[in-house]
Amino acid sequence: MHKCGSLLVATLLLVASLTACESSNTTSTNTTSPGGNSTPASNSGTGQSRLDIVKQRGKLICGVDGKIPGFSFVNESGEYSGLDVDVCKAVAAAVLGDPNAVEFRNLDSTERFEALKAGEVDMLSRNTTWTISRDSSVGLEFAPTTFYDGQGMMVRQDSGITKLEDFQGKAVCVEAGTTTELNLTDAMRQRGIQFETVTFQQADPAYAAYAEGRCQGMTSDKSQLVARRSTLPNPNEHLLLDVTMSKEPLGPLTVNNDSTWFDVVKWTTFALFEAEELGVKQDNVDQLKTSDNPNIKRFLGTEGDLGKGMGLSNDFAANAIKAVGNYGEVYERNLGEGSQFKLPRGQNALWTNGGLMYSPPFR
Amino acid sequence: MTTNGDQKIPLWRDDRFWRIALQILVIVIVVSVFALLGGNLTRNLRQTGNNFGFDFLKTSAGFNILDSLIPYTPTDPYSRVLFAGLLNSLRVMFFGIILTTLLGIAVGVARFSDNWLLRQLSLIYVEIVRNTPLLLQLVFWYGIFVQFPLIKESLNIFNSIYLSKQGIFLPWPSGIQGIIGLGILVICAIAAFIVSKRRTKVMVERGESGQPQLITLGIIGIIALLTLTVGLNWQRPMFNPTTNTIEGGLRLTIEFTTLLVSLVVYTAAYIAEIVRAGIQSVPKGQWEAARSLGLKSGLVMQLVVFPQALRVIIPPLNSQYLNLAKNSSLAVAVAYADVYNVANTTFNQTGRAIEVMLIIMATYLTINLFISLGMNQLNRSVQLRER
Repeated sequence: MHKCGSLLVATLLLVASLTACESSNTTSTNTTSPGGNSTPASNSGTGQSRLDIVKQRGKLICGVDGKIPGFSFVNESGEYSGLDVDVCKAVAAAVLGDPNAVEFRNLDSTERFEALKAGEVDMLSRNTTWTISRDSSVGLEFAPTTFYDGQGMMVRQDSGITKLEDFQGKAVCVEAGTTTELNLTDAMRQRGIQFETVTFQQADPAYAAYAEGRCQGMTSDKSQLVARRSTLPNPNEHLLLDVTMSKEPLGPLTVNNDSTWFDVVKWTTFALFEAEELGVKQDNVDQLKTSDNPNIKRFLGTEGDLGKGMGLSNDFAANAIKAVGNYGEVYERNLGEGSQFKLPRGQNALWTNGGLMYSPPFR
Repeated sequence: MTTNGDQKIPLWRDDRFWRIALQILVIVIVVSVFALLGGNLTRNLRQTGNNFGFDFLKTSAGFNILDSLIPYTPTDPYSRVLFAGLLNSLRVMFFGIILTTLLGIAVGVARFSDNWLLRQLSLIYVEIVRNTPLLLQLVFWYGIFVQFPLIKESLNIFNSIYLSKQGIFLPWPSGIQGIIGLGILVICAIAAFIVSKRRTKVMVERGESGQPQLITLGIIGIIALLTLTVGLNWQRPMFNPTTNTIEGGLRLTIEFTTLLVSLVVYTAAYIAEIVRAGIQSVPKGQWEAARSLGLKSGLVMQLVVFPQALRVIIPPLNSQYLNLAKNSSLAVAVAYADVYNVANTTFNQTGRAIEVMLIIMATYLTINLFISLGMNQLNRSVQLRER
């Protein structure tokens, strides 16, 4: 028995030392990941950038919501469309030269960050509000805002509710894990209103409960409310209150500590704004490559080495624009006059038109 | 001699060696798997710049919850909102286990009823409920309860029960008097239990009539009835047209009701089957022997068959209670603020996935171990004691 015990201890020591070696070694040995096609290999511990992984895989995996018309929505034939989707396509075109080399993953608000951090998706483009805590303590990196939104409140037309004060003793449906939930609580606390929050982990049952009348109000980003209203049984019976409870800058994001990949997503997004400012469009991008304007030439990669510095081809911006058009075109198609929502540009106009869309110089 | 003989056996043919070696192999595998997972976890946490820790529990939660048994405001820390969620979970589990036992036993016994309709109804109930997923049933019940009218036109039963989308409002004892009344009721129940046990004992062992005990039981019953009707200071819910709310009484939100009803209906179907199996496990001779003594079939069940069936019933019943406790986490589907729901939101606001998951796992583990402990005690008390 004694012998057996010492044998056991010896084995344990051996195992402990082996595993200790193992965990210190993996960082240096495991740099070559198999160039599999669709396996989302995590870059944890390899020091490899997401950019290399995406290039090896030949496909971008993009996390979207998938249920918000105008931003990301799957139709009956399984095709994705919307502003968020176009950003994914632009990145795929910039990196791989093919806007269709994207695999979309539908993620709800409670699983999105973990999916991104675990390397299940390469980037998120799904109505995510840029906040300091997400940027710092949650460990995310926010690319430029593609849609400036604000939180609103939807009520039934016949409910007689016209302002937040009318919610005394009433119930509001909200999706959990969103900044919306916190903003709503803050806004009501400021006004000293006693109300109820009915918190759903997913958007679908939340809107369903609102539609059934469990809640007198439904709160979310205004753009989402407008989009979702179109899917309710009688869209005309619902209206948005004239309140804005918060600012909600929505944009794509990547995981922390991978600045190579972050730069790619960031500058592809900026390229959409810059293209609109320079007048580069989906249908004139090829002929503008021979333009005399040095700004346009640099932007489209016929002059200089702007793409190489990021590990992309020099014409990455041209590829992105050719795939989805500039920001103005993307907006018009998905949310503006070309869509069912007819949302005015407002603060989402270019800075030159009094809006907030601004790209740092491409030089 | 013997030492010589031992040396001749090669190591790989020595039974004792393999017994130890295999155990060591298992330990090595388990330890290395955990070391690998742990190493991977710490590495990933370091890489995303997250430090493991529970400090976030002290920061203000900032979100509101629907149901809370303790006073809670959004300025309270995460620890308090998690505690409120835990109490909500315990509330569902506690009432769920009591109600599901009553319904389950009733349906299980009804499978043996002499009444054809009752037998068929319980069969249909068990088969429908057991063969559809719980999540579907949750959504189904929520769909039903959410069809209740709005609060201003709420369904009013005898001016004391209101049904509305905002919840179900019931009369409820109020004030100090209500608490004292509830205490008296509990004492009455315990006293009645002791007296009736004693009555059976004197009737069986001494062949007495049990008349004095019956009178005592009657007196206890009258006290309990008096307390129930006037002693509890019942408070009726009242509709207040100015604020458009219902005040007073007990409010069960439809989220709580949905969760409780679906858990009870779902688990009771399984318990009914367990009860049926238990009753069928009692040899037929026991029935016949009891009948031949002149007992009616209700009494046969109550005095002879059911106590013996309990020995078979209790272990699987324990599993059903554990399932009910765990299934209560499906509350997220119907927006009931149980501990899982609240923890989910907490993890989303703070990004502390691992810490929050550990808290949830520890919570359910603790609750279930306590349920098992209680059921094992009960199991021991009904087992055959051989001398």
